[in-house]
Amino acid sequence: MKLALLQIKHRLHKITSTYALSRQNIILFVLAAIAIPAFLWFVTTQGPLAPVKVTTTTLQTGSLYADVFGVGTVEARHSYTVSPVMTGRISQLLVDQGDSVQAGQLIAEIDPVDLNEKLASSHLTIERASHAIEVNNALLNEAQSRHKTAIATYQRYVELHNRHFVSQEMLDARLHDKTAAAAALQAATASLAAARADLKKSATDANGIAKLLKQTHLTSPTSGTVIARHAEPGDMAAAGSPILQIADTQDLWVRTRVDQHQANGLQVGQKALIVLRSLPQTPLAGTVARVDLISDSITEERIINVSLAPGLAHLGENAEVTIALATIDKANSLPAAAVKLNNQQRGVWLLQNGQARFHAVKTGIATRDGHIQITDGLNPQDEIIVYSQQALHEGTKVKIVPGISKP
Amino acid sequence: MINLAGRDILHNWGKFVMTGVGLGLLIGVTLTMAGVYRGMVDDAQALIANSGADLWVVQQDTLGPYAEPSAIHDDVARDLLLQPGVMATGNVAYLTMQIQHAEQEVRIMLVGIEADKPGTPAYLISGRPITQSHYEALADIKSGLNLGERIRIRRHEYTVVGLTRRMVSSSGDPMIFVPIKDAQEVQFLKDNDALLNERARTTAPSRLPGAISPATSQMVNAVLVQLKPGFLDEEVAASIRRWKHLQSYTRAQMEEILVARLIATSAKQIFMFLVILSIVSAAIVAFIIYTMTMNKIREIAVLKLIGAGNRIISLMILQQALGLGLIGFVVGKTAATFWAPLFPKYVLLIPGDALRGFFLVMVMCALASSFAIRAALRVDPASAIGG
Repeated sequence: MKLALLQIKHRLHKITSTYALSRQNIILFVLAAIAIPAFLWFVTTQGPLAPVKVTTTTLQTGSLYADVFGVGTVEARHSYTVSPVMTGRISQLLVDQGDSVQAGQLIAEIDPVDLNEKLASSHLTIERASHAIEVNNALLNEAQSRHKTAIATYQRYVELHNRHFVSQEMLDARLHDKTAAAAALQAATASLAAARADLKKSATDANGIAKLLKQTHLTSPTSGTVIARHAEPGDMAAAGSPILQIADTQDLWVRTRVDQHQANGLQVGQKALIVLRSLPQTPLAGTVARVDLISDSITEERIINVSLAPGLAHLGENAEVTIALATIDKANSLPAAAVKLNNQQRGVWLLQNGQARFHAVKTGIATRDGHIQITDGLNPQDEIIVYSQQALHEGTKVKIVPGISKP
Repeated sequence: MINLAGRDILHNWGKFVMTGVGLGLLIGVTLTMAGVYRGMVDDAQALIANSGADLWVVQQDTLGPYAEPSAIHDDVARDLLLQPGVMATGNVAYLTMQIQHAEQEVRIMLVGIEADKPGTPAYLISGRPITQSHYEALADIKSGLNLGERIRIRRHEYTVVGLTRRMVSSSGDPMIFVPIKDAQEVQFLKDNDALLNERARTTAPSRLPGAISPATSQMVNAVLVQLKPGFLDEEVAASIRRWKHLQSYTRAQMEEILVARLIATSAKQIFMFLVILSIVSAAIVAFIIYTMTMNKIREIAVLKLIGAGNRIISLMILQQALGLGLIGFVVGKTAATFWAPLFPKYVLLIPGDALRGFFLVMVMCALASSFAIRAALRVDPASAIGG
């Protein structure tokens, strides 16, 4: 029994000494035990095998302020172009840019060249025509008298012929005299009418020339300010070419272009903020004054005219306009970065059991500060992925981090 | 039986580990070079993947929009929606340019996008998407821009509202996304001097301001098309080519253009360097193991003298070589992972590459040790005493 025990003890000792881990072996083993998992951890978490880092959020409730943004140029609401009706040299330009003018005020003159002479000539023609009427009147009188005499003579000859005092031949000669006198009378009457018409024509001509002459004096169509002077005295101005531009600079608006897909809900009377390019730090107040009926179909923009207080703005200046639309109280919303379009379907990536799952939602308004109203499809406790380090796919393994900053 | 290799390593472990680390750094450089090559190809592919398009419709007879200039009218996008199989279309404009940021010139690729249309970045890492129709920008984080920063691009200032990641051009320049109308203006509208010059040429005698108004351009570089499920991209592309008289590329073709043509030479250059580096690394590993064994030749002779078998000696050398390779690989992989993000251009470390590298290192070590083993086995035991 004792021997057997000793034997066992001896064998045990032999086993332990054979497989004994020397101190060095233990160190080696421990080092390996630390290094291998550390390396594996390093490979799986830091390198390409790591789960995609994401940040998450839940549904937020609060007020949403919808507004739209557009760019435009400052314009006068009413602007008039003054241009001559006929081609001519500009002889006088009485106003300059910035001058205020009254409606009907003489502002420019076109050199009439020979219009004055033409007018004088047409007056002379009138005079001549009235003399011609007098001549024709006299001629008519003469023709009437001749006619009367011819009739009387003829009557007498008819009587004489009836009594056989004169021959048929003589009677025929008197008949001819009478017919000829009637024709002469007719001619004299027509001639008088022609002379009268001539007089009328000359008068009309003179009128026309006087009017044309009047057109060489350009007057302001409205009360306002001269905003542009396109020509100088001495320039040749073609008919219809603009010489001066006059506008009411107290009545300004910004002709704003708003993208059609954001233009829903725009109405006259909505408040707007206008940032002029020259005054980026000071937004000015404005009001939607007119929504143009025709949109620009090429650029897909609606034209919104936003009235602006006069003073600081310059015509033609670029402006950025923000128009306030509706406010929705107590709306559920998500950051816009969380809402994606996947196969033409709007939705969000939900975090479920460490994996990303696409989930369709219904969205409402989108605000300019990057919030989208969620009308349906989410529960308050759903964890929604906002930012991700890579594109997400169905079932991508993800890991929540407070923020992603690594390039 | 004792583990001779372990004993020997522990006997002089400092030297062994140092050798391993040195070898590891060399392997790290090789892995990084593989990463640089992969990153280059990945930059090109990221451009394709990030656009989210199935088809690229560009000007006829061009390789646009990345490899060649291309210009088409922006209403083509609407026409294309009528083609069977087309689900969504988006106009895009690309322009490589230089911007000023933090008193430094940053080379960027300006991308004009339409909201919610193909071409919009699929994910952000902070901020929000573009909500304004003008003067807002999304920037890639590699550009160094931060949220809320204002950058000047030609005529206007843009506010950075969101940041993206891995949105780069085929040459690795970070992308900056702006609304398409702004991009069109940047691309096709001239500077003030050019405008005045143009006006002076066309309206010489007249003094009418604005007679030649800077008409907004209606051209874009390409239309990105997304297909409805169930339609073959090649068929839709062929139909667009035939009936719309526009060039149309599928994703595979675009990848071919970018990878096989645009970056082909530079990628081959890097690849050649990678091959040479691998050969040099292998040679150095072989030399290290050979000299390490040769340094121990006297001890091996003693082992032989006391009757140690060939198997024991060979195993010792092989185990040491493999151990060295293992340490080298671990150090190399760790080092490469650490310094890869510091590179100015993208370095992509693929697990497959690491695995291949691991096997190559091991095979290399085993091969190198076979030379050392041959030398060790040929040693005369007598040299242990005789010298």
